[in-house]
Amino acid sequence: MTDIINLSRRDFLKTGAIMGTSLLLGFYMPIDSEGKAKVTSKTFSPNAFIRIGSDDTITLIINKSEMGQGVYTSLPMLIAEELECELSKIKIQPAPVNPIYNHTEWGAIQGTGGSSSVRSCWDQLRKAGAAARLMLINAASQIWKVDPSECRAEKGFIIHEKSKKRLSFGSLVEKASTVEPPNNIVLKSPDTFKVIGKPTKHLDTKEKVNGKAIFGIDVKVPGMLTALVARPPVFGAKVKSYNAENAMKVNGVMHIIQIPSGVAVVAKDFWSAYNGRGALDIKWDVGENSKLSTDELKITYSRLANTEGLIAKKDGEAKEQFKKAHKKITAEYEVPYLSHSPMETLNCLIDYKEDRAYIWTGTQMQTLDRNAAASILNLDPQKVFLYTTYLGGGFGRRANPHSDFVSEAAHIAKELKKPVKVIWSRQDDIKGGYYRPMYYHKISAGLDEKGNLNSWLHTIVGQSIVKGTPFEQALTKNGIDKTSTEGAHDIPYEIPNIHVDLHSPNVNIPVLWWRSVGHSHTAFVVESFIDEAAHLAKKDPYEFRKNLLKNQPKYLSVLELAAEKAGWKNSLEKGKGRGIAVHKSFGSYVAQVAEVSLDRSGKLKVSKVICAIDCGRVINPSTVEAQMESGIVFGLSAALFGSITIKDGMVEQSNFHDYQILTMKDMPKVEVYIVKSNETPQGVGEPGVPPIAPAICNAIFSLTGKRIRKLPINLNELKIT
Amino acid sequence: MTSLFINGKRYKIDVSSDTPLLWILRDHLGLVGTKFGCGIAQCGACTVLVDGKAVRSCQTFINDIKDKKVTTIEGIPESHPVKKAWILEDVPQCGYCQPGQIMQAISLLSEKPNPTDEDIDNYMSSCLCRCGTYQRIKKAIHLSSQLMSSKRGKK
Repeated sequence: MTDIINLSRRDFLKTGAIMGTSLLLGFYMPIDSEGKAKVTSKTFSPNAFIRIGSDDTITLIINKSEMGQGVYTSLPMLIAEELECELSKIKIQPAPVNPIYNHTEWGAIQGTGGSSSVRSCWDQLRKAGAAARLMLINAASQIWKVDPSECRAEKGFIIHEKSKKRLSFGSLVEKASTVEPPNNIVLKSPDTFKVIGKPTKHLDTKEKVNGKAIFGIDVKVPGMLTALVARPPVFGAKVKSYNAENAMKVNGVMHIIQIPSGVAVVAKDFWSAYNGRGALDIKWDVGENSKLSTDELKITYSRLANTEGLIAKKDGEAKEQFKKAHKKITAEYEVPYLSHSPMETLNCLIDYKEDRAYIWTGTQMQTLDRNAAASILNLDPQKVFLYTTYLGGGFGRRANPHSDFVSEAAHIAKELKKPVKVIWSRQDDIKGGYYRPMYYHKISAGLDEKGNLNSWLHTIVGQSIVKGTPFEQALTKNGIDKTSTEGAHDIPYEIPNIHVDLHSPNVNIPVLWWRSVGHSHTAFVVESFIDEAAHLAKKDPYEFRKNLLKNQPKYLSVLELAAEKAGWKNSLEKGKGRGIAVHKSFGSYVAQVAEVSLDRSGKLKVSKVICAIDCGRVINPSTVEAQMESGIVFGLSAALFGSITIKDGMVEQSNFHDYQILTMKDMPKVEVYIVKSNETPQGVGEPGVPPIAPAICNAIFSLTGKRIRKLPINLNELKIT
Repeated sequence: MTSLFINGKRYKIDVSSDTPLLWILRDHLGLVGTKFGCGIAQCGACTVLVDGKAVRSCQTFINDIKDKKVTTIEGIPESHPVKKAWILEDVPQCGYCQPGQIMQAISLLSEKPNPTDEDIDNYMSSCLCRCGTYQRIKKAIHLSSQLMSSKRGKK
């Protein structure tokens, strides 16, 4: 274990020395005032996650990617709690790719996603911290010749109460390295927690505020070239021929290389590569996909939605009961393709040196990306060293099982044998695929004579995300891609007869998980339609939900908390509408109440969102609040503006002017309330997203009587005439 | 050769006149705190100050900055009230857009030392944050304004 880390460190130091850039080195290693790596003479390495230097530095090796969700704070908090050290003293080193750092729930893959970081590291990192603490205590007790039980750890010191002796962790490094790791680790009782549960400012804030945080796009190595790739205008199109003459004339352009995904223009810097690419003349063989259009696709999907697909859930006799229903309602809902559009466009730097390669990139999927590059470069994966930088947003786009942005860089590096960084422009990013799929839903509900919801029929149509990926086997059962139906096949409402089925058509548009995955569309449909059912039953949508959730205490508690904080029972001022939604995803329960108003031009204003969450035990309440705010904004952007459309096989959007995201002036006031819980921590990165679209659409209905069944919301339709 | 004045330092540089300031900063001067986001002045990630006023460096060229003072995120000290406020309000998430947000906020506060919510909405809506830190940015701007006025009061 130790050897693995030390090897990677040595390798890193070697490359660091070659590059001689303090900037880069500083990101991975503590640096002194001259920018040289400070290598402590002795280091205590109790396990894969903790390094304690004789100079009292504490370095944590973190195997999760920091993309804004706060893992470089919450995960150190888990270790600091058990290690008994000061959080502010901790330095972070991103983990190299190694099986020891595999995700504890994903099999042989190291990666970050599914709002799972804290949950999956909860025991692992606390144990790592506790083991180190016990070894340090044993070391001190051996030096003092006292019983270990008489010693304790506090703020980076081991203390012997009776003799008032104390030794810093750093001074115990040598002795602790000779101590056997403990077999039996007893974790602290939660009532003694000092770090976990306390609102804690993010440890990486200062470097981010100072512009010193290094993202993949910022990494530089000597001799590095920059590449931009001309990718096909239509997905799957191939280069027929190209003329590089004019491109080569552009100042700074050095190489033009055809690769499987298009033609790469390699230059001394970004601007030269950008201009060079603009001067390329490429003839494309566009192939079959040039006929693709999302308008046509919608027609196909709506037809499919009126036929039965593969059954994802069947309780009772929904079809028969629906026929006999006293009152019934049927609706069709649709959501578009969506781009993740992280603020940092995709990029990947590879330095390929015949027998080995170094990769710097902000990825959520280390093992698969490393392996993809190794396979393209014909290298043993052990000889490919991947360094994870900060991610300028991920939202799933940087967790691509197809490793698109890394593979592409590997193809260029293979030809070039020089360090090369591929940078995507915003246009490349928005047109480049791997979208949240477009989905079409048909949904029906039947009420009995008493107005009780008795039958529920739901058909979903949309591409499978996991098909053809290493995740397919684990996430597909009987042909049902669970990520297409999650949030729909497991609705919490007490309905005796439920039928949910799925069509997963093959379409040649690359798709991927997008923050909250299946829940991003199922919550919109289920939580809007339950409102429709409440309206049909002439019941208050909050009371209607409460009644159907009476045996679901966790859903109920967040629903009631959000309603109470929003003053649901109080009447609203004139001109305002209020909507509610509740949804569970990634182990967490979230309810939101949105308040909206409309002006005469049809301009919608979401003025306030009240959010209640039960995510189990909270590690850092500040992070939970920040992630709820973040999820709400992400979901609002999609609900109000987000849409990727395709015509003649080509993506119609290209940049933030036609793929808009929420701005400051549309930001609602967000209040977050956290349910106190002693249960295992659950996700927070994604669960804030799903309820917001239905909450605002339900609010619009309460204000205007207009039911929104298609996203993004068409504001023209809302104009008061 | 062109002479540029950035963060109080004089740089001599040889680039074509169509090279955006953004790429001069990032690729030629190693000032990578200024970020690329869209390339068409739609996101604000590349915001820097030219003579104290926020501009999009992706649409700013050598001819626009001749004899002018350019300030990037690296040129703002950590003790600056806006950076302090950003740290106190724990604003960043992924952090990528924040240098641009901070530069835009500094420009706003130089024009309006006590901005209203509406002033902030109007001035800051050209800077996108995909993580959705707007609520905290707004708080941090109000706090910056307070820190600045108490600093002025002391003088």
